[in-house]
Amino acid sequence: MAEIVIENAVKRFGKFTAIDNVSLTVREKEFVVLLGPSGCGKTTLLRAVAGLGMVDAGRILIGGRDVTFLPPRERNISMVFQNYAIFPHMTVYDNIAFGLKMRKSSKDTIRERVHNAAKLLHIEGMLERYPSQMSGGQRQRIAVARAIAVETDVLLMDEPLSNLDALLRLEMRAELKSLLNRLGVTTIYVTHDQIEALSMGDRIAVMKSGRILQCDAPTHVYDSPADQFVGSFIGNPPMNFLHGQAERQGGQIGARVAGFYIPAADPLQDLLADYVGKPITLGIRAESIEVLEAPAEDALPAEVTLMEPLGSQNLFTIHLGTDALKVSTHPDFRVKSGGRLWLRFPAHKIRWVDPDSGRTLTPERMAVAQ
Amino acid sequence: MTTLTTQPETRPAVPPLDASVRRRARIRHNLRRSSIYGVAILIAIWILLPIWLITTMAFSTPENIRAFPKPFVPSPATTETINFFLSAEGIVQSALNSVIVAVLTLVISTLIAVPAGYAIARFLFPGRDAIRLGILSVRAFPIVVLGVPIATIYIQLGIYDSPISLALMHVALTLPTTILVISSVFASVPYELEEAAQIFGSTPVQAFWQVVLPLSLPGIAASALLTFVLSWNEVFAAIMLTLMNRTLPAAILYTLDKSGDPFKFAGAFFMLMPAIVFIFFIRRYLFNMWGSINK
Repeated sequence: MAEIVIENAVKRFGKFTAIDNVSLTVREKEFVVLLGPSGCGKTTLLRAVAGLGMVDAGRILIGGRDVTFLPPRERNISMVFQNYAIFPHMTVYDNIAFGLKMRKSSKDTIRERVHNAAKLLHIEGMLERYPSQMSGGQRQRIAVARAIAVETDVLLMDEPLSNLDALLRLEMRAELKSLLNRLGVTTIYVTHDQIEALSMGDRIAVMKSGRILQCDAPTHVYDSPADQFVGSFIGNPPMNFLHGQAERQGGQIGARVAGFYIPAADPLQDLLADYVGKPITLGIRAESIEVLEAPAEDALPAEVTLMEPLGSQNLFTIHLGTDALKVSTHPDFRVKSGGRLWLRFPAHKIRWVDPDSGRTLTPERMAVAQ
Repeated sequence: MTTLTTQPETRPAVPPLDASVRRRARIRHNLRRSSIYGVAILIAIWILLPIWLITTMAFSTPENIRAFPKPFVPSPATTETINFFLSAEGIVQSALNSVIVAVLTLVISTLIAVPAGYAIARFLFPGRDAIRLGILSVRAFPIVVLGVPIATIYIQLGIYDSPISLALMHVALTLPTTILVISSVFASVPYELEEAAQIFGSTPVQAFWQVVLPLSLPGIAASALLTFVLSWNEVFAAIMLTLMNRTLPAAILYTLDKSGDPFKFAGAFFMLMPAIVFIFFIRRYLFNMWGSINK
């Protein structure tokens, strides 16, 4: 039983509101990633769960127990810090054993668990060394080993991979994911790296300005962002947003973008009725746009401004009216900069966004709003 | 590399460096190096020469001390001068007093400076900057200004002319520096380490004992030894606040004009030694005091 419940948490630093009435439930054994740009409040929220910073309002429950006003040591949690925060004056063994010693575990238990944790992180040969003799990647492993050795039900991670170089980060990411899967602890993981979030989380909570904009499974967050910010923050390249005018044509509602008419999918027709004659924004992923080499029916002709071969894909920049569009294709598809190609927008891949609120229009979300 | 081999003709030929240009660059480099070394050597001589003079004279015979030019190495080397100094009336007792005062100063000063330094390093409390400034401003008072009223108070309290009262005065003099140095030592220990300790089960006080103190100990020790040396060398307050229980510098200064050169050299040698020995021990930490001990 280690569900984490955050209820209407508020945290202010002077006049600045770091967490603005956030509620979030992390289910038992779930891996939730807090994702957002720097200063969005994700670390502040994690620290509030850890007990390193008290919330000004709201409640935090861990495993059904109200821990809002408890110090960290009474919350039965463990944590991995961004700068590792391993103790430089202790050996690797003592670092990993620290939490167990504080809990007054028996000598045998300590030895066994330290060795288990060290083995899981492949540092069992370095237990007698001091952290200063180890590389950044190995220190990261000590920090994780120390956190899992105490075998708490809740694990908090604050950008644990951000100090590693790119290759090591990739390696550690996969290793950490499989390790945490095996351990089955309830985890909150803070990062600003959207790839990390997409690849590791069971759910991603995207934060901005102290609020959670969306909390969904990675594929869902990627495919159907709740909000224009989420769409542009997640994914590389970010989601395209085209500005057009909603229009009824032959009984069907769609949008006119750069003189070209794009129809909307059937489930959205009722929703869009209110927008006819008004501006509307269309969101679509770079890889969801169909690219054709020859003219075809309902394909929009366009001129390539820039072609970037990225190895696994080719990335085209195309200007449509005032919008710059990123389109990715298979690497074999070759059109030079300045060349022509034709674009088709599959109706079910288009997300329709209210240009005033920035929120995506979907039948469910509209129902909730009303 | 590959672009060079595949398209050599597209690159304009770079003319080879003139040998004289190379030579001038090397001369400039050597000149800069030797001038840095030259200045360093001059500074070292400026500091070492008096120390060397005092040390050799302390181990020379009284005849040699008055001789001119003085030999570079004392010959014959003798402890005659030192023995003469040590046998002088009250010298051993005053050296003992100096040790007592310096140790008391070290202990009291460090015991106050550790919590004060920690508070300044870690907590944002109202008036923190004012307190920091206030601590420093104690140093703005000349000892003369402080000394006379304090002597009066000590006489009224009946603690005049005792090692503990002089130590209290020395604490007042050394505390500002000690607090600021120790607070910078604490500030160099990442707060994240304390937080980590708290996450894994420590109370804030335990986190201080288990993590912060062991990591700051070298810096604290260095600052404590510095306090010791400052107290050992302090003479002005010592003269004002003691009469019979003189410390070594006060005793030497008092008898200075009445004694001969051998006595002066031996006394100077005794004043010098503790400082040099301590600096030798703490030289590694002196850099740490203002730098990082994050490793």
